[in-house]
Amino acid sequence: MENAWLIPLFPLLSFLILLLFGRQLKEASAYVGILLTLASLVYSVIVLAGRLQGPTFKTEAGWLQIGDLQLTVGFEVNQLNALMLVIVSLVSFLVHTYSKGYMHGDERFPVFYGYLGLFTFAMLGLVISPNLLQTYIFWELVGLGSFLLIGFYFYKESAKQAAKKAFIMTRIGDVGLLIGMVLLFWQTGSFEYDDIFAAVEAGEVSGTMITLTAILIFIGAVGKSGQFPLHTWLPDAMEGPTPVSALIHAATMVAAGVYLVAAMFPLFEASETAMMTVAVIGAVTAIFAASIGLVQTDIKRVLAYSTVSQLGYMMLALGSAGYVAGVFHLMTHAFFKALLFLAAGSVIHAVHTQDIEKMGGLWKKLRLTGPLFLIGTLAISGVPLFSGFFSKDEILISAWTHGNTFLFWLAVIAAFFTAFYMFRLFFMVFAGEARSQMKNVHESPVTMTAPMMVLGILAIVAGYVNTPWFGTFLGDWLVEGNGHGHTEGPVWIMLVATLVSLLGILLAYLMYGRRTMERDWLSSRLPITYSILYNKYFIDEFYERSFVYGAKAVSLFLRFIEVFLVEGLLKVVVGLVQGLGRSGARVQSGQTQTYGMAAFLGLAFLMLIFAITGGYFG
Amino acid sequence: MTGVPVSAYLALALILFCIGLYGALTKRNTIIVLISIELMLNAVNINLVTFSKFGMNPSITGQVFAVFVIAVAAAEVAVGIAILLSLYRNRKTVNIDEMDQLKH
Repeated sequence: MENAWLIPLFPLLSFLILLLFGRQLKEASAYVGILLTLASLVYSVIVLAGRLQGPTFKTEAGWLQIGDLQLTVGFEVNQLNALMLVIVSLVSFLVHTYSKGYMHGDERFPVFYGYLGLFTFAMLGLVISPNLLQTYIFWELVGLGSFLLIGFYFYKESAKQAAKKAFIMTRIGDVGLLIGMVLLFWQTGSFEYDDIFAAVEAGEVSGTMITLTAILIFIGAVGKSGQFPLHTWLPDAMEGPTPVSALIHAATMVAAGVYLVAAMFPLFEASETAMMTVAVIGAVTAIFAASIGLVQTDIKRVLAYSTVSQLGYMMLALGSAGYVAGVFHLMTHAFFKALLFLAAGSVIHAVHTQDIEKMGGLWKKLRLTGPLFLIGTLAISGVPLFSGFFSKDEILISAWTHGNTFLFWLAVIAAFFTAFYMFRLFFMVFAGEARSQMKNVHESPVTMTAPMMVLGILAIVAGYVNTPWFGTFLGDWLVEGNGHGHTEGPVWIMLVATLVSLLGILLAYLMYGRRTMERDWLSSRLPITYSILYNKYFIDEFYERSFVYGAKAVSLFLRFIEVFLVEGLLKVVVGLVQGLGRSGARVQSGQTQTYGMAAFLGLAFLMLIFAITGGYFG
Repeated sequence: MTGVPVSAYLALALILFCIGLYGALTKRNTIIVLISIELMLNAVNINLVTFSKFGMNPSITGQVFAVFVIAVAAAEVAVGIAILLSLYRNRKTVNIDEMDQLKH
């Protein structure tokens, strides 16, 4: 555990090697990336095993000395960090392996692996940071990795736009995080998590300030985790290659917001208002994104909205004091959502389209992808015995026992939506008749299917580390020594959750599987609702009209000032000097006689003055 | 000699100088310009000689100065004519307004 700092350095090494020798290595770059992330994974597992028995390990070294102020860097291995290390390095390793098949033949193959290494380094560095400043540095690095990978197909206009959008939207959140961080430092004199929590516990920080800083830090998490109202970048981020969507926009980076709230949990716990904000934003996001997911037709966009929705669930759990529930769902979601994305990538790889209207009947053709996708779908829908069931159950219990009845019912409806749109997706892609234009559909290579199988197994069994039936190992371990508490809930909640998910599946089956119900049931009966959902509540349009146009108007005004005022003034000065120079140059004609005349006239003038003034100037 | 006042000498010098100046500033032919410069120098010589005779401290110094000026003027004209000749060989002209290369 003493050498846990090595874990992020392996992917960094991979990044550096590929930066220097990527051109020579060509597709062999994949092996560099895969081997080095495997090293990270092995080490992470060792660290987790060590942390399961041992205590929290933390070490720091001085970085900067500014007056009395000592800034430190270091790393910490507590329960949350150790768990995150394993999740991140595992998903990263699987995505590295998967990309070998998926990105095969791409011109910038080594660059892709280089970026993946950079991102993995940043993400692993983020989760072992012991202080806010270091977290913030890696937080931004992660954003950079995400930006580079979304814009990987930079020759596509939409990918460029999406990369910029992701960067700017998350940056809005980051400003909140930065302000919150600085305020906390101002109040407590330290960036260290432990010192901040100690100060908060000792009551050194006023209640208003706690609420304010917690909400500001939460704004950072909102940006990163694609929560309402800063969620619009995440669906657009699907322009990146699909393995990237699996790694960054499903399993790891977007979970960083949830991780941050979890890591700062004692601060949030100290403020009822902040907790309520987190819970409300989470629940609203969960149902809001799920309702959009109901009608989207792009396979990756449906998954993107479901990610937003599931992240909302995690926020709801944290806001309802369900620390274990939030972290638990983060873990299970990382597995089944990465699985779904990789399976979606496999489908896209096979049929070369993302439009689910054009797919169908792929169950018989994709013998491995189909069942694996089904496992992921079952897990996310919260069907009993799959991992998502247990974690979602925990969240609902947290929301209920915390007294957020309204938010609880919102979450239940969102769960119904989730089951419906996920199975709608499944039936539209895999059931029904095969389309004629899909003749040469074949299963993906083993480098792609093997990671999916690993994730498929995890999507089933990951839930059993924390169940109400066999024991809550994960929960007990996570709250050990930090007193976050663990909640037990009534049994009927589990039944309700199961019931709504089964109802959702049944409805999807009737509409898209058996087709006994009209498919356009919603769109024909409620055209306005359908249109609103299909256009994502017009949020993008709203931002376009308000912020983008507003900014454009301001910039137009400033441009006006620039062109006419600043540049005009400049032009006058330039013209003046130039005219002076030009007339001066004209005087210098080379005509000696003109010079002589000038000298003579000057002399005559001087003498005239002398004559008038009697020999004195002035 | 006493019948001629100082002002007459000075007036002569002034007239000579003005003629020289006018010629130097207006004539196109460089030879004429050089001659005009000689006129101006000689106007100065007259002044020098006048003041060496009628000045506040009459002495031979003024006349010596005039001799120097004549010698230097001769040398200057020799150089001037030499430059003018080579210019004429290159440019086929003696017009002063066409000789403006030195501004470049």
